[in-house]
Amino acid sequence: MANVAGLCSSAKAEFLTGIHALGPGTGVPARSAGAADVIKAALFLASASRGVADTVYNTTGELAGTGGYTQGGVTVTMGTAPVVSSTEGCFTPSANFQWAAFTSSGAFDCVVLYNSSQGDKEISVHTFGSQSVVAGTFTLTMPSSVAGSALVRIA
Amino acid sequence: MITTTKGLMDESALTKKCGMLSTDDEETTWVEFYLGDELVHRSVHVNLKKGLVLSSSVGVF
Repeated sequence: MANVAGLCSSAKAEFLTGIHALGPGTGVPARSAGAADVIKAALFLASASRGVADTVYNTTGELAGTGGYTQGGVTVTMGTAPVVSSTEGCFTPSANFQWAAFTSSGAFDCVVLYNSSQGDKEISVHTFGSQSVVAGTFTLTMPSSVAGSALVRIA
Repeated sequence: MITTTKGLMDESALTKKCGMLSTDDEETTWVEFYLGDELVHRSVHVNLKKGLVLSSSVGVF
């Protein structure tokens, strides 16, 4: 046997629930992990410029608040705790995102996740093929919350 | 009956078109209803096959 360096698989899932605050700094939470933050999902136009440089959610490039869409997006259902699958920390919302009775204000290809409990800090940007919806329903079905496919993974 | 830009309408009065696109990252299906040449309903279902991954590593001395 030999020692093997690496980030513990359990810690990867624990990072996703904010268990570890490695170092001081503005925004370091001093809270229990008993309840999930309120995470929201918002849709953005294909012409927008969302990306990894984003730090805080804003409405620049978001779909207009018309046609059944409310700016700020929908609340993500957080019914399932992050898990370790193989050696990856995995998080996937426990319900799909859906907008019904919806007409999009333009073509859109992006959903942004942000933490409305923590100053709207942006978490991730997910893209898909450009879509438009007319008097219909848009459903974004979540992947399986396992290694290789979960919505947010730490490998 | 389905929702359309003209209110609830009977599907039998409309022309229905469906489509599907599959890539490594997503599978998308859509259904459209037309009244003549006018698009009056379009619904989309995007099935994400995989999300984002952050790689992790630790330093060495």
